[in-house]
Amino acid sequence: MKKLLNDPADLVADSLRGMAAAHGDILRVNLDPAYVVRADAPVAGKVGVLSGGGSGHEPMHGGFVGRGMLDVACPGEVFTSPTPDQMLEATKAVDGGAGVLHIVKNYTGDVLNFEMAADLAREEGVTVEAVVIDDDVAVQDSLYTAGRRGVGATVLAEKIVGAAAEEGKDLATVADLCRRVDDRARSMGMALTSCTVPSAGTPTFELGEDEMEIGIGIHGEPGRERLPLERARDIVGRMATAIVEDLPFASGDRVLAFVNGMGGTPLIELYLVFEELRRFLEERDITIARSLVGSYITSLEMAGCSITLLQLDDEMTRLWDAPVRTAGLRWGA
Amino acid sequence: MSGAEEITTGELVAWLRRFAAAVEEVKDELTRLDSAIGDADHGTNMSRGMTAVVAKLDAGEPADAPALMRAVGMTLISKVGGAGGPLYGTFFLQFGSAAGGDTLTPQGWLGAFEAGVAGVQARGKAEPQDKTMVDALLPAAAAMRAAIGEGAAFADALAAAADAAEDGMRATIPLVARKGRASYLGERSAGHQDPGATSSALLVRCAAQTWAG
Repeated sequence: MKKLLNDPADLVADSLRGMAAAHGDILRVNLDPAYVVRADAPVAGKVGVLSGGGSGHEPMHGGFVGRGMLDVACPGEVFTSPTPDQMLEATKAVDGGAGVLHIVKNYTGDVLNFEMAADLAREEGVTVEAVVIDDDVAVQDSLYTAGRRGVGATVLAEKIVGAAAEEGKDLATVADLCRRVDDRARSMGMALTSCTVPSAGTPTFELGEDEMEIGIGIHGEPGRERLPLERARDIVGRMATAIVEDLPFASGDRVLAFVNGMGGTPLIELYLVFEELRRFLEERDITIARSLVGSYITSLEMAGCSITLLQLDDEMTRLWDAPVRTAGLRWGA
Repeated sequence: MSGAEEITTGELVAWLRRFAAAVEEVKDELTRLDSAIGDADHGTNMSRGMTAVVAKLDAGEPADAPALMRAVGMTLISKVGGAGGPLYGTFFLQFGSAAGGDTLTPQGWLGAFEAGVAGVQARGKAEPQDKTMVDALLPAAAAMRAAIGEGAAFADALAAAADAAEDGMRATIPLVARKGRASYLGERSAGHQDPGATSSALLVRCAAQTWAG
């Protein structure tokens, strides 16, 4: 393992201190318990929007704290859910009297910890609604699994829902919108390399030079299948077919197309992937109305990418375009 | 172990300290198991949680079994994270709620253990054969109840429970995971021992060692 580290045990706290120093105009960092909160929180009368999850996915979620997106983010240890006491304090820190929305990625640990946190917050008189994001088509959804994972759609939901909360929409409306974004979005990921969790010190899985993992999650867990490496065009076709057939997306749809890097893939390759995706969708008469290309929901230094498509309506499009000022996503403000 | 088979709070503390030491010994193994089908953090997380538990015990031992187990549960919930935090936290909270006053009888210990296991099942919504902690904990509870029913001494009943937990742990190897992060792998999760069942079997084995006399 070769990483810029002092001690793996201090990685998250050391990084959060740096984040606070770099973005003091946008956010504040509380270290015990750990949360990243927008500088002007709580905003009176505004629904608070909270998300959280393991660290190692930067800029998600702390990088999306700021005007027009999240009010607060709870970072756990690397790839480990944050804890209920953390989320309770974070929830109270952003309750402006209109309640707080918890945006939860569908991973067992996250769901369990968020459930306990919501129970604790309600006991203290804060109104909390929770929406679980589950957009990953790589996971067979059945009664016998924990359901689909929450991945790329989380970024899109945080932006769109954050804009609605900024406009002053109430908690029920904001939660409904979040469910609608989740319902209309599908994702799939792939990896060219494993990442190395700092506290473990060795790669989570071994992958040969000529191999790829299809259907990976964002925690360095292996994917659903291992295949010989193909051309980018074929890989994109494989992933996009699974996504488009699942919703299903149809001719005439207007979509937000999100090509995400897993942390170790350069932008030159991500734009190539985007172009292949554009051609794929064009052949099916699906219009890319909005796009996002870059590394936003990463898995440490894993090489690879994920694709997310969101079926847009007018309201979602308008809220996507609304001003946002965060460390990781910034336009119009 | 006193002749009247009274279980003291001090003995519960010794169990927890023994478990903490055992977790330190096997944390790399737990993380290795988790790397195969999960996200490579179970050993690290349990170590962080039990280190915090030991620090709490060092600072002063709670008055009775319920207070002790609730403190342990809350510490694990606030320090472990992942799925292990709420699941182990709930186990100890429920154990504490069912553990009665100053001293426990073997029957009382078993009742508290079963309450803890029921809490884990309810929180994680896991059934037997889902490839989780439950696959070690449920057989342990059943074996212990059977042994006590047959008049076995507490130490012997715990030894039977530990053996059953380890059998259950090994029986997770061929299973396809239906709960937790391993479930996302589908068929690929088969062939690997579940890390949660492994740490749970260790918890029961440490109990057997603590009361072995």
